[in-house]
Amino acid sequence: MAVVAEAQFHVLAVDDSLMDRKLIERLLKTSSFQVTAVDSGSRALEVLGLSEDLTSSAAVSPAHNEIEVNLVITDYCMPGMTGYDLLKKIKGSSSLKDIPVVIMSSENVPSRINRCLEGGAEEFFLKPVQLSDMKRLRPHILKGKSKEQQLQQEEETSNTSISSNKRKARDEELSPERRRPRLSNNSLI
Amino acid sequence: MPPPLCSRVLLSHPFSPMSLMALREQLNMLVNSMYIEGLLDQQFQQLQMLQDASSPGFVAEVITLFCEDAERILTELTKLVDQAVVEFQKVDAYVHQLKGSSSSVGAQNVKLACIQFRQFCEENNKDGCLNALNVVKHHYYLLRNKFDTMLQLEQRIQAYDSKQQN
Repeated sequence: MAVVAEAQFHVLAVDDSLMDRKLIERLLKTSSFQVTAVDSGSRALEVLGLSEDLTSSAAVSPAHNEIEVNLVITDYCMPGMTGYDLLKKIKGSSSLKDIPVVIMSSENVPSRINRCLEGGAEEFFLKPVQLSDMKRLRPHILKGKSKEQQLQQEEETSNTSISSNKRKARDEELSPERRRPRLSNNSLI
Repeated sequence: MPPPLCSRVLLSHPFSPMSLMALREQLNMLVNSMYIEGLLDQQFQQLQMLQDASSPGFVAEVITLFCEDAERILTELTKLVDQAVVEFQKVDAYVHQLKGSSSSVGAQNVKLACIQFRQFCEENNKDGCLNALNVVKHHYYLLRNKFDTMLQLEQRIQAYDSKQQN
């Protein structure tokens, strides 16, 4: 548990503008994140081990996912696959859906923000992104990780203990619970 | 920024006629004047804060990328706005890009000019667009000029620093 707090997390940054990629890379590195920066949604999916053509992750073996990504931060307005499209692809993949996604945009459009949050984005950053915004990333990564650990612990006890029915019910309770906090906690609206 | 080298700077340097302190002063004055005149805004300060010992060329890199981006876009805009029938959506898309880059680098006047330009695109106003493009160019080239001086001063300061260390 202490290991999670000290680990250097890996962020995948997606932006078609070279300048903005340099900027976000610098912001993330200054905030002690490991960074991979790519210029498109399709490149991002490649890094995540998911080909654009295969929306089902069943076709991708775990061995492909050499790089563990703890969070994706993506621009909204990109040619081809938009940030929203990328968000939907990630949330629609059983292997990637738990990776927190943050969307950035230079335009403050409430309907756009809502759409992204409802699509599963953790947060929406207005560009230009500030150093202070970077502090908001870690909680999303840690929240996901602690749920992951909770599940792992429960799986471990399941291998030794008796009541499998009770556990199954609890597991099912956990997944919808995970989705709810995102929408109710946002203070952007 | 490395600590001031006051005592060393007072000795005359064999290679550079201008002292390190004087160079730094000139750079500070230039940047301050750009803030005062509205060429730069708070975002540029953010960039300056992000530059440190581990990335000493960060600001210069961002400035260079911005200028390359801006000039590429201005070239495209000039062609598009010159057409008999203007494709306002295409024009707007480019202006949106330029507005984004100028916002990211802290180029305030250029950004504001882009916002006004987009208004004319929305109104499908060709004359307005022609005029707005000229305004954007005016502000961009003013900024470019000062950025060039800034980068030259930065280079001289950094060259001076590395000579001092040898």
